[in-house]
Amino acid sequence: MLSRRIIPCLDVRDGKVVKGVRFRNHAVVGGIVELALRYRDEGADELVFYDITASPDARVVDVAWVERVARAIDIPFCVAGGIRGVQDARAVLHAGADKISINSPALERPGLIDELAGAFGVQCVVVGIDSLRDADGEWRVRQYSGEAARTRVVARRTLDWIVEAQRRGAGEIVLNCMGSDGTRAGYDLEQLRAARANCRVPLVASGGAGAREHFRDAFIEADADAALAASVFHAGTIAIPALKSWLGECGIEVRQ
Amino acid sequence: MSVVLVDSGGANIGSVRYALQRLGVEAALTADPATIRAADRVILPGVGAAAPAMAGLRESGLAEVLRNLEQPVLGVCLGMQLLCVHSEEGDVDGLGVIDAGVRRLRGGDGLRVPHMGWNRVRGVTAHPLCAGGAEGGWAYFVHGYAVPVCAATLATCEHGETFSAAIGHANFMGVQFHPERSAALGQAVLRNFLWQTPA
Repeated sequence: MLSRRIIPCLDVRDGKVVKGVRFRNHAVVGGIVELALRYRDEGADELVFYDITASPDARVVDVAWVERVARAIDIPFCVAGGIRGVQDARAVLHAGADKISINSPALERPGLIDELAGAFGVQCVVVGIDSLRDADGEWRVRQYSGEAARTRVVARRTLDWIVEAQRRGAGEIVLNCMGSDGTRAGYDLEQLRAARANCRVPLVASGGAGAREHFRDAFIEADADAALAASVFHAGTIAIPALKSWLGECGIEVRQ
Repeated sequence: MSVVLVDSGGANIGSVRYALQRLGVEAALTADPATIRAADRVILPGVGAAAPAMAGLRESGLAEVLRNLEQPVLGVCLGMQLLCVHSEEGDVDGLGVIDAGVRRLRGGDGLRVPHMGWNRVRGVTAHPLCAGGAEGGWAYFVHGYAVPVCAATLATCEHGETFSAAIGHANFMGVQFHPERSAALGQAVLRNFLWQTPA
């Protein structure tokens, strides 16, 4: 049986891993390769690196650090950040990334998803979605959420975008629930369940992990395929080996 | 030991190359027929879609070169699928060196396609590629198409249906999972391919 994945997320800014609360006030956590190796040794199933300023700055991710990570680790990793076309994606994949994740550029030009899926296959095309509930109760997509001053509301319902992204060739969806991100109060299970009902490709829960129970809930209650977290791992609040051993005791298939 | 990675214009060749470096082997990335023919081991990596990958191999003439190789050849993921007779992905004929077909994973209730993540390898046969292989070891898979269990199957995996995790016929071998990203098990498979398969 396919195991549920635990994915530490590393937000990259100016060559360092950073972490902010609710996507704001970023502080440096450590070096990229150093953290990648630490999480690999601890039993992370996969790593995701978001170059959080690439899209707002209109530049592609720096492939030099992608290559350094690829040389160092033997678990899969995904890279996101300003990938705007097939050539950008090819450079990142050639540098050794296993998957590419697109977010803001896909909103600018949804056909990018079709192009990447056509060129590399759906299995390495991940669509990241930053989503927040509006006053009218609808979840809508946000763009350029890596930079406070530039974050934009897009007139797209999150669930509609999930359906469209899959139709265009997304092989995996990462749903960043911005309302719970950084709060450590748990994943947004209501939103994840709604997403799950509209998502037949792997769904990655993101935003809000603070305790081991939150991971269990994302897997059991929202049927997420993977759970992504940053601050609890960076701060050492949750140790991955202990988390996986406990999830295993809860009857959840995890790689140990 | 000279090892080449076939540059078929696809992506994600870096990670295989680095995995070999971690084993102390420097592999050349090449599309040159003479270099490929002269190598001790040939690896056909692949992330991408079957139809453009095969079209590229045919246009460059590499399809014929690969088909006629006599040294151990390892296809990885899409590279393994290209060794087969035909793929449903893009309805395209492969290199045809392993008598197997490639079909879309059916998926189903609670079964996501692509099959993406860590899964256990079972049914490990006594083949040099699987030497020392522990039944139930974890490997990393990312694919939407698979080779059903057939005479060429060396090991299996299960995702709603049982499919080939590894296949082999004569000097041609393939793994559906990504050895370069499968931690200890992946390293063992690459080591076996380099030093356990008969030259």
